[in-house]
Amino acid sequence: MSLSEAALQALHMLLEGDPALWGIIHVSLRVCFFAMVLATPPAVALAFLLANFSFPGRRVLVVLVQTLQALPTVVIGLIVYFILTRNGPLGAHELLFTQGGMIVGEAMLAFPILAAMTLSALQGADSRVTETARTLGAGRLRAAWTLMMEVRFAVMAAIVTGFARVISEVGCAMMIGGNIAGVTRNITTAIALETSKGEFAQGIALGIVLVAVALVTNAGMALLQGKGGLK
Amino acid sequence: MIFDGVGMTHFSRFLLAGLFALALAFPAQAAEKVIRLATTTSTAASGLLDAILPKFEAVCACKVHVIAVGTGKALKLGEDGNVDVVLVHARAAEDAFVAAGHGIDRRDVMYNDFVLIGPANDPAKIRDEKDVLAAMKKIADARQKFVSRGDESGTDLMEKSWWRALGINPAGQLWYNAAGQGMGEVLMMANEMRAYTLTDRGTYLSFKDKIALPILMQGDARMFNPYGIIAVNPKKYPDANYAGATELIRWITSDAGQKAIADFKPGGEPLFFPSAK
Repeated sequence: MSLSEAALQALHMLLEGDPALWGIIHVSLRVCFFAMVLATPPAVALAFLLANFSFPGRRVLVVLVQTLQALPTVVIGLIVYFILTRNGPLGAHELLFTQGGMIVGEAMLAFPILAAMTLSALQGADSRVTETARTLGAGRLRAAWTLMMEVRFAVMAAIVTGFARVISEVGCAMMIGGNIAGVTRNITTAIALETSKGEFAQGIALGIVLVAVALVTNAGMALLQGKGGLK
Repeated sequence: MIFDGVGMTHFSRFLLAGLFALALAFPAQAAEKVIRLATTTSTAASGLLDAILPKFEAVCACKVHVIAVGTGKALKLGEDGNVDVVLVHARAAEDAFVAAGHGIDRRDVMYNDFVLIGPANDPAKIRDEKDVLAAMKKIADARQKFVSRGDESGTDLMEKSWWRALGINPAGQLWYNAAGQGMGEVLMMANEMRAYTLTDRGTYLSFKDKIALPILMQGDARMFNPYGIIAVNPKKYPDANYAGATELIRWITSDAGQKAIADFKPGGEPLFFPSAK
């Protein structure tokens, strides 16, 4: 089967609501969504803390968070594997080879990106925002919150980037999810499987599906931003 | 609106709407009894499990979650209690697994065999060789490219045992490529490199149309590839689904299960031969 034939066939399956294909897309989206929901609040809170308060070890923490962005996905997979394995600290919850386990892993993957990008947005924000808020009688926390609102589009950008990293990675999803058909098989592990079977065209077709999904998701986020940030 | 409101309410409304949409769109999975099966890439990639497991699931009211990895990793998953049952092919490693108390109730399930494939012009001249050790020695002596799984899989362990028997240590030699990947990837690699490799017949047959390497050597009794099924020891892991594992072992070694294996003939040729006693 040629590449264009495979891509056309994939699009057909997509439009006709092929349950296996949509199941795979479901898993990808669902895991991504909950991973982002899990990772975003603590990551933004950490960035908020690092941007607004000085405390011993702050700079070390900043460098650490920035470095963690470079952590390979298989290493995160390996770490989460050891946490979730039956003999591990969270073994009793039986999360290995489940979507729950994948969500934990992907959240760990997204966390440093979210924290680092939010932090740099907060640091790059106009300092007059805080000063003005303070002059208008805002307390420290209230002023910091105003700053946060000021950079909310940068936070959205961080979420988009984190989402892109999570939905496109295969190492962690494969190790923690196990690529179980209908349960933890997502778009990227399905591509890896098709490749291992020598079905390159199918793999590329799934890749096109992944890009299409990312496009729809990002378009949705762009709509949400409205004209925000337009200068 | 206390805080510079518009953006925030907008955002939280979106988040809530999204959560609701997701809750509706993805209902929780029905609570079926799950049996976790760790197995080798050969049983999954050949399509065997897709063909026979639905027949088992129809009678057991359960769901089998298949995790397809190399034999080494499958046994490790069993040892760590992350699966309930393993279906693998590496007799020595299986016996060690049982002896160490990680698993019980080992049964023979089926067998297929290994074949040596390579470039059609056969530069190492192994064609029609009857003894697999002699054929491997010829490849090593001729320093012809060989792709090894290199992933502690059943295939890999068998290949390594032959090198050991020959007193050859191929690791690190220029002609010897340890890929560290599954059987399918290694077949594709060997095809690209025009190299020799050892493969199970099942995976080879399912790749026959995609690669141009013929079978050059087969039929030695050493190339016999038996598959065994082992339940993870419930004494070690009381939470493991031992009842489900037992049910699967009973079914796959029963007349019905054995017939399902024999009836699996993609492209008209049987890939696995039932051998439960």
